[in-house]
Amino acid sequence: MATIESGTEIKINVHDHHDHEHDHHHEESFISKYIFSQDHKMISRQFLITGIFWSFVGVLFSVLFRLQLAWPDESFPILETLLGKWAAGGKLAPNFYYALVTMHGTIMVFFVLTAGLSGTFSNLLIPLQIGARDMASPFLNMLSYWFFFLSGFIMLVSLFISTGPADGGWTAYPPLNALPQASSGSQFGMTLWLLSMAMFVVSSLLGGLNYITTILNMRTEGMTMMRLPLTIWAFFFTAVLGVLSFPVLLSGAILLLFDRHLGTSFYLSDIYIGGQPLTNAAGELLQGGSPILFQHLFWFLGHPEVYIIILPAMGMVSHVLATNSRKPIFGYSAMVMSILAITVLAFLVWAHHMFVSGLNPFIGSIFVLFTLLIAVPSAIKVFNWIGTIWRGNINFTPDTLFAIGFVSLFISGGLTGIYLGNSALDIPLHDTYFVVAHFHIVMGLAGGFGLFVGVYHWFPKMFNGRQMNNTMGYIHFWVTFVGSYLIFWPMHYMGMTGVPRRYFQFSNFETFNVYGELNVFITIAALVVFFAQFIFLINFIYSALYGPKIKTLNPYLSNTLEWTTPIEPGHGNWPGAIPPVYRGPYEYGKNGTDFVPQHLPDNAIWPKEEKETKTELA
Amino acid sequence: MSTVTLKRTQRIHPKKFALWLGIGTVIMMFAGFTSAFIVRRAAGNWVEFELPPLFYMSTLVIAMSSIALFFAQRAFKANHRLQYRNLLGLTFTGGIAFIVLQYAAWMQLASYGILLRGNPSGSFVYVISGVHAAHVLGGVVLLGLFFVRALPKPDPVQELLSEINPERNLGIEMLSVYWHFVGILWLYLLVFFHFYK
Repeated sequence: MATIESGTEIKINVHDHHDHEHDHHHEESFISKYIFSQDHKMISRQFLITGIFWSFVGVLFSVLFRLQLAWPDESFPILETLLGKWAAGGKLAPNFYYALVTMHGTIMVFFVLTAGLSGTFSNLLIPLQIGARDMASPFLNMLSYWFFFLSGFIMLVSLFISTGPADGGWTAYPPLNALPQASSGSQFGMTLWLLSMAMFVVSSLLGGLNYITTILNMRTEGMTMMRLPLTIWAFFFTAVLGVLSFPVLLSGAILLLFDRHLGTSFYLSDIYIGGQPLTNAAGELLQGGSPILFQHLFWFLGHPEVYIIILPAMGMVSHVLATNSRKPIFGYSAMVMSILAITVLAFLVWAHHMFVSGLNPFIGSIFVLFTLLIAVPSAIKVFNWIGTIWRGNINFTPDTLFAIGFVSLFISGGLTGIYLGNSALDIPLHDTYFVVAHFHIVMGLAGGFGLFVGVYHWFPKMFNGRQMNNTMGYIHFWVTFVGSYLIFWPMHYMGMTGVPRRYFQFSNFETFNVYGELNVFITIAALVVFFAQFIFLINFIYSALYGPKIKTLNPYLSNTLEWTTPIEPGHGNWPGAIPPVYRGPYEYGKNGTDFVPQHLPDNAIWPKEEKETKTELA
Repeated sequence: MSTVTLKRTQRIHPKKFALWLGIGTVIMMFAGFTSAFIVRRAAGNWVEFELPPLFYMSTLVIAMSSIALFFAQRAFKANHRLQYRNLLGLTFTGGIAFIVLQYAAWMQLASYGILLRGNPSGSFVYVISGVHAAHVLGGVVLLGLFFVRALPKPDPVQELLSEINPERNLGIEMLSVYWHFVGILWLYLLVFFHFYK
């Protein structure tokens, strides 16, 4: 009885989708097509464009505080024009420097590299590559975007309030961020920050639930799990990480909100300000809390978060490298297993962010072990990427270049991770520029390169078959690639001699004064890289509107299903039936055939007669 | 086409699957809370106190409402409309009673001198049971919605459609999964507080 019922449901759903297709070609209003759209492709564009907006805001903030680090005694009248009272006389206020650092971190980690990267490409590629008409719940998918939008809007508002945005670091550690009297940003700005993060968690969870459900339940016929493109595997585990870790961040944030507004002391204990012990509104001593507790809750999300950022980039890099080298991916199942291993280990390493928090060194040594274990799956992946392009017939298009750049950055940044994963080395290196260099290269830049790989590669699928300009892509790549290393490589040396991160000014420290000119060099490199991103922006906008259209369905001669949809796919993706799948996604150069799309059965590619003649001749 | 349909019936409905995942996220959230509780407790300076008796009462109420919903779902499948409506109403009332009892239990706790502000041992009980009550409230709103939908309609065609609509059956199934889940979650929290205070 029950099975018959659910059978009917499926039929009704399928029917529904066909209806949608017809509607969406003709009768759609502007609002339902472009704003409150439930089409995964439109939602992916919304995520991408919002992400690009935030990336320019986030990077601009870093340029502003780099100016301060390079020329601490100069005055920049333009800063006063831009920031008003926060840069009176053209000199950045120390408070606002911290606000900029905090906002740069929050925006880049959450809005750009989480929502902008995984939100965009999970939405675009999951239904298209697994052969589904849309997400499991298009409505929740739409909500996911709008919660992200709301989260961003609240953060944007916090930039303009009179006490300024949150300025206690993107990690929001108490007691600094629990006490409004700690700094001006810890007042209303921090409340808005927490609210914005709560909205962001909701958005991520709605998105993640949908991605997992869609991948597990809505694959086309023949699309077994081991025939999924590596992009999908990466999005799948990204969503698993998010679904398991974001709720814990929410718990931590709720407790922080109670401490801030309702007089509890989960994270607060024995704090003296001006010789007076701190009390709550009722005049009672704040006692018994533990700020370390927040660090545990925060990093239980915070560490999986870095894999939430890097896994989608890894998936897209694997896919693009195989496609553009015209070779099968080296070690498909090893790639899947290493993503799985990274996902499991991601939950077992959070305390390596807390080696200097007074953590028991014996517990610390367990976290060292797990942290260093991550090197194994990471090395497997790097080896396989190099194995894939080795003696391949590489098309050096901008997306390939960014993918190779990603591998380079991942190696450089990953190696310093081995240093920092050892607690004995981490203790002197903690909170220095060495850490800044490490995570910017391995997570920030590599994640950003992953974003560029995705945009350049799937641009025709996102914007009605239009292509981006390759020449501008090459200029963009080389300036960004060389520039990024010039920015972050020198920071390793600064960090090794102990230059602490997050300092407003070093000119009062004799020891660190020697780096004055190096700081100028880094800032100039940062400015060049920042302006190079406008080449990308112009290319992106111009190509989306006027770029040349692709002539064939499958411009990269790729195997995966997204290239079997029409050049301008409607809502529902395939006008007819969804193609079934007969093989894995990376069969390039098999039996002398350049590529074998997933949806073609054997006899369509190697017709029987031909095979027989071949054997006869032999 | 028919073979495809047959194959798909073997799989769980995507929306139901998403609900189970959502339940997983709520479990992670409360795992976060309760492990914070354990870590904080191990650090010492921890005030111990007895749980208010009303917490045990509310447990009984939410368990009863779960049982009522179980039979309501049975009645829905057997097409016993009146019985379904009554049992659904009973579940809904149970949900409201649970939230009222939780509130009364907090008052009871406060009368012992254990306030929200103060030693974290008490604050944790307030915050964790409060966040749980918020999840129950979500379920109560949905129960109310289903109850209104179950009211008799003047148009006989509409009435018939509401009977045989498989989406509605899915809704009932999902609602009862969620409702049983928040009940079991409360049971876990009560046992946790009881033995680990």
